[in-house]
Amino acid sequence: MTNRKYEALVKKHTPKENKVKYAVTAFLVGGLMGLFGEALIRIYIMLFDVSRNDASTYMIITFIFVASLFTALGFFDKLVAKAKAGLLIPITGFAHSMTSAALDYKNEGPIFGVGSNVFKLAGSVIFYGVVSAWFFGLIRYIWEVLS
Amino acid sequence: MILNFRNVYLDNASTVCGPYEAKGPLSKNFDKKYTDDLYCKEKSFEKAEIRLLEDSIKILLKKTKLTSKDIDLVIAGDLLNQITSSCYGALNLKSPFLGIYTACATSIEGLLIGATFIDSGKVNNALISCSSHNMSSEKQFRNPTEYGSPKPMTATFTATGGASALLSNKPSKIRVVNGLIGTIVDFNQKDAFNMGAAMAPAAADTLYKYLTETNTKPSDYDLILTGDLGKYGKEILKDLMLNEYNIDLSKNYNDCGTMLYDLEEQKEVMAGGSGPVCSALVNYSTIIKDLMNNKYKKVLLIATGALFSPIMLYQKENILSIANLICLEAI
Repeated sequence: MTNRKYEALVKKHTPKENKVKYAVTAFLVGGLMGLFGEALIRIYIMLFDVSRNDASTYMIITFIFVASLFTALGFFDKLVAKAKAGLLIPITGFAHSMTSAALDYKNEGPIFGVGSNVFKLAGSVIFYGVVSAWFFGLIRYIWEVLS
Repeated sequence: MILNFRNVYLDNASTVCGPYEAKGPLSKNFDKKYTDDLYCKEKSFEKAEIRLLEDSIKILLKKTKLTSKDIDLVIAGDLLNQITSSCYGALNLKSPFLGIYTACATSIEGLLIGATFIDSGKVNNALISCSSHNMSSEKQFRNPTEYGSPKPMTATFTATGGASALLSNKPSKIRVVNGLIGTIVDFNQKDAFNMGAAMAPAAADTLYKYLTETNTKPSDYDLILTGDLGKYGKEILKDLMLNEYNIDLSKNYNDCGTMLYDLEEQKEVMAGGSGPVCSALVNYSTIIKDLMNNKYKKVLLIATGALFSPIMLYQKENILSIANLICLEAI
């Protein structure tokens, strides 16, 4: 059997994923996270009498803390399985990726375990985040010099 | 080439499983179950897997009333790098050791090697072991265990357990008739979440060669069982055998990956079980019992292995696969 013929056979027996359902779930959960975030910001502004900028930092810290705690308590992965990208794309997913990696490698010790593996998933995000920040900063600089 | 064995018997076997398998339909057939603890009372998942393998060896020795001194040869394999669980798990036996690897085809590879050693008269018995652990495999091959990223429906679920079997030249209820060592196949598969599709051509290749060379047909066997193709891989194999070789598998064929779990109730296993111990747990707990009770007379066991390396996949290489086959007969 040729590879192409086999590919057709595999396709025939591969179930169709309900992408619309996943997208809607992710949209709703992600939106809900946004709503929570906004509510938290307003609460922090009221409670602590801080600027909106400071309040959003507090909100992010709260999200990171709660996500990490839920990961450590062992049920964030179950929520992710249900909510899909709605929980993985916001800051909660970033925190979860680091905490879950740290948990996995705690037995290998602080240096060769946690230290060198905590960025296993988040490393790419940070690396390309920094690179693209530099790149766009450069574009902005050139733009300002030219104009 | 068919390996014919004249004087090899499968004396007994043992199985130890984790929580997910204990909830499955074959639960009552396993010798020992860790029903609620994936760590199996150990500190890490790797140590848990070692314990599962060790437990299965201990239970087998008890069942066969042998001591470790009586074992001439131990053959073991698993999924972890450096086949860690097998080496550490077999340490206390202090018997001659052969470590093997063909991913999920390991259990039958072990049986084939052991049977060949016994048939040649080099050893009197051989203890064949394998293990896998859902979490230690996830950690090594995929994402951190607590990450839980969404998977497609075709993904399979690595089984947790340890399983051992004792081959011997002393006659017992099950005879090892013959077998076929698989060849590595490459069908341009790159989806690590559809191992069934990667392994089905290997199973087809091995089964077709075996049936042709022995001049038999599927109806000559009471059961033909593949290792861990899963719900969709199973359909691919049936379709492939029918269209390519005109061999009908619709009557007496099944897949261990779909038998180990209740696919309707246990949604977390997606398309079914996988891992070296998946087929071993089903074969050693249920199929062997059925052979001993004469429910089956002759069965073909095909263990399918995806020789999957994350590094090679990132380097844009295909997922290779292999299938080893053994024929067992009740006497």
